[in-house]
Parts: sequence; C-alpha cells; structure tokens
Amino acid sequence: MGLDELLHPFDRLLSAVVTPAVVRAVDAGDSPQGLWSELVASGYLDLLVPESAGGAGVSLADAYPLLALLGRYVVPLPVGETMIARALLAEACLPAPGGPLLLLAPRQTDSGWWQAGVPMGSLARHALVDDGERLRLVELDSVSLESAGLHASQSANVRWNTIPTASAELARPASGLGAAAALLRAVSISGAAGRILDFSLDYARERVQFGKPIGRQQAIQQQLALLAEQVLMARFAASMGCRAGIDQGVLAIAVAKQVTSAAVPAIAAIAHAVHGALGITAEFDLQLYTRRLHEWRVANGSETYWARMVGEARLASDVATSTDFVRRRITVPVGSLPPGEMEVP
Amino acid sequence: MFDSLVLADLPPEAEALRGTVKALVQETLATLTLEQRARSWAGFDATFSRAMAAAGLIGLTLPREYGGQGRGPFARFVVVEELLTVGAPVAAHWIADRQSAPLLLRYGSETQRRYYLPRICRGEIYFCIGMSEPGAGSDLASVRTRAVATESGWRLSGQKVWTTYAHRDDFMIALVRTSEQSSDRREGLSQFIVDLRAPGVNVRPIEDLAGDRHFSEVYFDDVVLPAEALVGAEGQGWEQCIAELAFERSGPERIYSSSVLLDAWIAHLRGVGRRDEATRALVGQLASQLAVLREMSIGCTALLERGMSPVVEASIVKDLGTAFEQSIPALIADDLGAHPGEPVAPELVRTLHYLSQLSPAFSLRGGTREILRGIIARGMGLR
Repeated sequence: MGLDELLHPFDRLLSAVVTPAVVRAVDAGDSPQGLWSELVASGYLDLLVPESAGGAGVSLADAYPLLALLGRYVVPLPVGETMIARALLAEACLPAPGGPLLLLAPRQTDSGWWQAGVPMGSLARHALVDDGERLRLVELDSVSLESAGLHASQSANVRWNTIPTASAELARPASGLGAAAALLRAVSISGAAGRILDFSLDYARERVQFGKPIGRQQAIQQQLALLAEQVLMARFAASMGCRAGIDQGVLAIAVAKQVTSAAVPAIAAIAHAVHGALGITAEFDLQLYTRRLHEWRVANGSETYWARMVGEARLASDVATSTDFVRRRITVPVGSLPPGEMEVP
Repeated sequence: MFDSLVLADLPPEAEALRGTVKALVQETLATLTLEQRARSWAGFDATFSRAMAAAGLIGLTLPREYGGQGRGPFARFVVVEELLTVGAPVAAHWIADRQSAPLLLRYGSETQRRYYLPRICRGEIYFCIGMSEPGAGSDLASVRTRAVATESGWRLSGQKVWTTYAHRDDFMIALVRTSEQSSDRREGLSQFIVDLRAPGVNVRPIEDLAGDRHFSEVYFDDVVLPAEALVGAEGQGWEQCIAELAFERSGPERIYSSSVLLDAWIAHLRGVGRRDEATRALVGQLASQLAVLREMSIGCTALLERGMSPVVEASIVKDLGTAFEQSIPALIADDLGAHPGEPVAPELVRTLHYLSQLSPAFSLRGGTREILRGIIARGMGLR
C-alpha cells in the first residue's frame, strides 16, 4: 500500500473523530473510550507493526507525515507511543495488551523508579518501561500514576516504590525509550505548529484593524514570516529524527527534540500575539495547541537537555569540522556510510 | 504550507565530489591564517580559482558544450559546502559561477554563451553584480543608471555601489534603466554586460570596518556598449534579476559564514578540556541548528534539481541561516569572555572580533532580512 493511501484516510479519520469538542472533553477528564474504540477499529495502531505480524509495516522514516497528524489534530491519547510499543512487542512475538500504552524511561533511585510529566499518562493502562538494558511490559495502576496537576491536561507523574513487576521482557532499541518518546514529542510539536501557522494566517487575513486586515500590516507580516520559519525548521528537525529511527542511536533524535523544543516559545508567542486577547480564551481553539506545545517542549527533555547530549558527542569527536560531524553522525544514519567515512564513537 | 520542501538525500555521485574538493583546498588552506579563512567568500585568490577550474569544479551545472560539467545542483551543493566550511578563498570566481553563468545560460544569446561561459569555466574571467546604487538598495526598482540606445549599441551613464570586487573583476552584469515610459518602475529595466576596463568606467574600492577592500563604487561616464552587451530582452531586466537572485539565495552559502570560527572555538574547548554542562549545551545547540539548516538547504537544492525556482523557500532558509551565522560570533564572544582564565589563541580572538564586526553583512548581502520576510509573507498570501 502506498503512503498516500494511508495518509489521506488517516487525515480524514482524525478530522472526523478528533474534533475540538472531543479534545476538550478528554482534557476535562471525560472518558476517551469512544475515541479509542474508533482508533482501534481503524487499524492504524498497527501502522509500524511488521507486515509479517499483520501490521502495515511502515518504517518510522516513512511514517513522519502520519505521526505529524497526531500533533496536527492534538489527538488526546498516546497513539504514537502505542504504535511504537505495539511494533516492539510484535517484533518480539509478544501480544500487545488492549488500551493505550506509554513509553517510559524512569529514573531509578534507591526509593523507587519515577518519571515526571508524562504526556497523556493518566489515560494509559500499560507501559513499556526501559530499565537501561531491557524493556519491561508493566501494568499501570492507580498507585503508580498521579496527575501532574496541569490545568486541562492528562499528563501524569509515574512512580513505583519497588521495581515494577513485568508481565513480559523484550529487547531494548538502540536509542532507548526516553529518546523514542522524545521523538514522538518532536513530531507532535511539528504537527501542531503547522496547524498553529494555519490558524494565525487565517486570522491575520480576517481580522480588520486600522481599516484593513492586520495581515496587511508589515509588522504582522514580519512576525508571521518568523513563525513560518520556525514551523518549517521544526518540521525538518522532526522528520530527520524519524529518518534515523530508534534503532540507530540517539543523536538525530536529540537534534530533533532540541530544535523543536527550542522553537516552541517563539511559535506560541507569535501565534498569540497575532490572535490578541481572543487567543487566550478557553473558547478559542488556539489554546488546545499552545498549551500542549509548552507541555511537550519540557516533556521527555527540553532543548537544553538534548543539546548537552549533542554537544558531548561533538566535543568528543576528532572530526575537524562541524559539517563533517553533522554529516557523519546526524544526517546519515549510522551504518549507511561509505567505507572510510565511519567514525568510531 | 511549503509542502514541497522536504528532506532529500544527496546522491552518491554528488557526494563523490567531496574528496576531490577536500584534497584541492588542503594546500591553499595551509597558506592562510584563521582570520583569512574567516573571509571565506570574500577571499579573492585567482590562483586558487584557476586550480578549481582545472579540477572541473567551476561551472558544474553548466552544459558540457559550454565548458561546464553537465551536473546538477546537488553536485554544486557538495562543492560549495566543502569550500565554505573551511573558508576557502572563492571570491574571484564566486559570482560568475553562482549567478552570472546561470543567468547567461538562461537569458543570454548564443554568442554570449559561447564567448563567456567557457572562459568562466576555465577560471579566466570574473564577474560582479551591478544592482545597488546610492538611491537603490532594498528598493531595487529605483535604479537610475541609464542606458540610451545609439545607432550601434548603447551609451551607459550612472553609478553603482557596494559592488563586490568590481575593482578586481573583469565584467559586471548591471541592471539599468532603458525606458521611463511606464509608471511601473519595474518595467523599462534591462541587464547589460559591462567590460570594467572600457573607457569611461571608474572603479573605486571602499574600505570596510575591518580594513578590507571587497566592495566598491563604480562610475559610468558615457560608456559605449555594443548592441550585444544587452542580456536577454530589453525591458525584461527586473524578471531576469529576480531569477538571478533565486540562484543566489538557494545555495548553502547562507549557513556557513561563521563555520571557521565555530570549529576553531570547538578545537579550543577540546584543547583546554572544558566540557561542563553549559558548554556542552551551547556546542550542542549550535550543532543541532547546523544539522537542521543544512537539511533545509539540501531540501531547497532538491527543488532546484527538479527545475523549480524555490524563491520563498530559499528566503526562509536564508533568513534562518543568516540568523544562525550571526549568532555564532555573538555566543562565542560571551562564552570566551565568561572564561577569562582560559588561554585563548590570539588568532581565535582576532577571528571572533572580525566576524562580530562583519556579521551584520550576512543579512544584508543578497537581500536584507526585512525584504526576505516580505517575500515569505507574500508567499503565504499576505500581500
């Protein structure tokens, strides 16, 4: 099946079932069961599952436009996480539990394992948990989940006082699940940012002040140009992360999350500036997007968290130029370099 | 929005040129200081340009029948990237290779193509761009330099300014007024090839704030031009000029202007062994931005490869890229100044100050930041 044959039906499905009203209801704590059932019935949860295991067999690299739609419609369930988890389970010949899944990489301390600010964490019943060596399939219960306390958000803090019991164990992808979740955040930021640009352009064309649409004012035009630049940069960064995938190490994903997270403050600020007071009302849809953008920027590591990792690799590299470092370690997935170009990490 | 601009891979046959360029620049770079390398596409070295030509690296995208290599924009991307990353002195052939030759190929007469293109490809003749005038900067359509038709050709009078290396180049392609009939100032403009050694042409270099002489003012005092000096059609100068600027704005040259400094600073950090969290974050932030901007530039090149003219997309990449280039000296100045106990090589300090002082030019040359943002806004249907 061609990608377009998958993309357009997914777009239509999300446009039909993830309306702003549905997003608001889930944000407010209503059950997402109806929406979840639609997503299960669509078959898209097995997008990344190998064809041999009954899935669509799409690679992460090719899946970028589909995954970005999850951000574009601010789908209020951990659908990307579930897709990756189901693919990992299928590759290990393990059955996937029903319901939404999370990808977790908790801190391990003497007093237990914990991870703060997991987006949509309250809505999942199972998680794949990365202990640094293996993945464990773990059931989440009320003891391990608590709301992170953000307004109209289902983000949760996850905590276990003892090492969580696994119903199954499987191999860990090279990047680890912390990076896999960060990649999904980067992709969601890029998708939501595209929608925010559309909102802002529409509003700038409609809203009249000083006798003409505000989009005719040079000051607003310059701001919207900046917004478009940041949106495009986020899109490129996120698709670079997908191109590298989660089996190739972490640097391309680090770049993806670094750049998308760094773009968030400007994107949200410009969109709100263009929309004026209307944009900060509960009633107007812009807030459904910008609230998430701020949450996703921080979740799974902010721009500085991931910048440190890229910086560490650059400072450890003997390569003379940053161009060659980028070419060899970030742009080209490791393993596809011509002989002699490979750098020993 | 801008859906055609997506990730693209450089094909292996383009990548194969990388080794050739790396080998070629090595010898020249050994003779240059860090500060000189930071001049990059302001560094004029005809010997180096002729070596580039001998290696078949000028006119890469021109057809073989005109002396070119018949290759695509991806090949050119790889070559340009390698040159700019290390600060090779490319100024002599730069404009001819990037803009003048593609312009002549597209709009020039067969006679012009046969005369100029092989000479450009051999690295024998160098071009500059005659756009800006004292009264025409961002408002390019207000040029007043005038060419009047005579029985045998044209007579040129007026003045150009900020013309890069007019004092060392052979020819200028000048945008001038040939008619004032229309109320639309973009009509009645034409492009001419001007021999900078012709009688009546006076070139005076202008010293910049760093003591360099790369740009100049050019006076035309009744310069006699033959009929065949006209490029393309009379009155079509504006359209031709916009197409020419798209060549200028689409390349990777808009992300690498501070690369020499960035890598010298990283070498310094490695040398003194500074790897604290803040340092790693700063290095990583810059490397991440470079990685993504480079991909965006390759994405633009892919559009050129498909025969498109990505004016708006190139403006986006240029605006982002020049902001990145300008941030590098600003951030490194603060970083080094915050560590006064560290020994810093004097040439790193000089290179830093040179780029701090000159970096405003990055978002002036080839169209100011504000003009680019206007183009982007127009591309989004706002004007």
